[in-house]
Amino acid sequence: MHDKTIAQLSAGLAAGKFSSAELVRALLERIERFNGTLNAFITVTADQALAQAQAADQRRAAGQGGPLTGIPIAHKDIFCTLGVKTSCGSRMLDNFIAPYNATVVEKFDAAGVVMLGKTNLDEFAMGSSTETSYYGPVRNPWDLDAVPGGSSGGSAAAVAACLAPGATGTDTGGSIRQPAALCGITGLKPTYGRVSRWGMIAYASSLDQGGAMARSAEDVALLLQIMAGFDPRDSTSAEQPVPDYGASLNDDIRDLTIGLPKEYFGEGLDADVARAIEDAIAEYRKLGATVKDISLPNAPLAIPAYYVIAPAECSSNLARFDGVRYGYRCAEPQDLLDLYTRSRGEGFGSEVKRRIMIGAYALSAGYYDAYYLKAQQIRRLISEDFRKAFTEVDVIMGPSSPTVAFNLGEKVDDPVTMYLSDIYTIAVNLAGLPGMSVPVGFAKGRPVGLQIIGDYFAEARLLNVAHRYQQASDWHTRVPAGF
Amino acid sequence: MSLGPEEVKKIAYLARLAVSEDDVPAYARNLSSILDLVAQMNTVDTRGIEPLAHPLAMTQRLRSDEPTEPDQRTLFQGIAPQVEAGLYLVPKVIE
Repeated sequence: MHDKTIAQLSAGLAAGKFSSAELVRALLERIERFNGTLNAFITVTADQALAQAQAADQRRAAGQGGPLTGIPIAHKDIFCTLGVKTSCGSRMLDNFIAPYNATVVEKFDAAGVVMLGKTNLDEFAMGSSTETSYYGPVRNPWDLDAVPGGSSGGSAAAVAACLAPGATGTDTGGSIRQPAALCGITGLKPTYGRVSRWGMIAYASSLDQGGAMARSAEDVALLLQIMAGFDPRDSTSAEQPVPDYGASLNDDIRDLTIGLPKEYFGEGLDADVARAIEDAIAEYRKLGATVKDISLPNAPLAIPAYYVIAPAECSSNLARFDGVRYGYRCAEPQDLLDLYTRSRGEGFGSEVKRRIMIGAYALSAGYYDAYYLKAQQIRRLISEDFRKAFTEVDVIMGPSSPTVAFNLGEKVDDPVTMYLSDIYTIAVNLAGLPGMSVPVGFAKGRPVGLQIIGDYFAEARLLNVAHRYQQASDWHTRVPAGF
Repeated sequence: MSLGPEEVKKIAYLARLAVSEDDVPAYARNLSSILDLVAQMNTVDTRGIEPLAHPLAMTQRLRSDEPTEPDQRTLFQGIAPQVEAGLYLVPKVIE
């Protein structure tokens, strides 16, 4: 039953074909068997999962609970989980047992969803390959020499290898969509503010957004239904009603207009990836959609602007890790400054330190206008490009990533090359729009993801557009050999 | 944009990060290449463009000034590196 979708498992639980306890035991066995190879989980919460499963079975037996009661998922280890280590992939938080639950975790708990464990990620979600994790890299189940993408690489690999039917992720510059693409699964980054950030360890607060990863758009809709909604504890949570995401999945897409930005199909895009994307667009034409060429002229500036804004916010957010109240503290500090600098110097890995330093530099006296202000002006231009595009088209499509999964170690020593992996995803975060990645084939034996970008709060439309494609294709049902 | 070793050390100090002398050249190289990437921003004229700090045109929500959190000091201090009598301990600041 490990290769079934959440929708199928939900039906199986409802029909009494198997219990949540049986399902959870089967998945825990798979995690036990494969995690040594994949390193997708940092923490496996087996005892807690079985207890939650038994409680879910009782709820179902009593005729209570909802469609996801008893469904097991994994949480990216960036969401605080009461009483369970929440490391954020960092030595800094290796000893951090969260004293509270993130809103997202609380909502899943209330729905009776079972947590299998906490998935590996790039340290503090800073990376595109899951290689910056203090706990070592995650491997891509499609090819163990390849990275799974990042930063939600553990969640993506766990779902792709059928160790969990779904998982949470977070996306600051592509961290749900890029690993979903590289691992051949479906992932959705909602509109900024759609999912509560409370208890989600902050990287860049004006960009961070939690979302869902699973093997189909239908499953992502089921997960988002639970995650989405206003949270008074998150000061930037959107006060918007949450639609029934399942209700519109099968809506007709014959009236759909798809925009193809020329900037997403130019230099730097791998030819085999481009072919798979074009085939997917052709399928949408067959389904009756209209395709239109558009332009997002400022798209090439998204990466430069992001690498000012995200580090600036990160340098401010990560100032809280001081070795005083929680987290790592260096041995035998000589004085308070030594306590701060060595705890931080030893607790953070190099990519995190690079981003903190870039942020500190960009915000330092005399440089603010040239860097931070300039980047925010470009952010406005990028956002305006999308606004104009959405007056002409319903969704925008293109590749999620310029290449398929690259090899472990290939880019890890060259931060700028690594940053370019997110060339097609970052603008969406700067504008705060929702974006998805959907598997549309393979190139060089590794999965290719189609990115679908929607207007603000158009998650239901994105899920509908993705679902209709998945009804007409079977890429999303493929399981990597050996798993 | 090229950062020298002294600038790297200054930024590391501002960010309260201990960086070993051996690592300074690598940071100088990597930070300089990131700043080169960032410099592409200068290819566009942004005079008169209103900066966008936040993706949604939202105003900060306010709430009434009343306590909403229970006292969880014991729980929170349970994960602190060093506490005594309900206080967080750090090396002596005042002689």
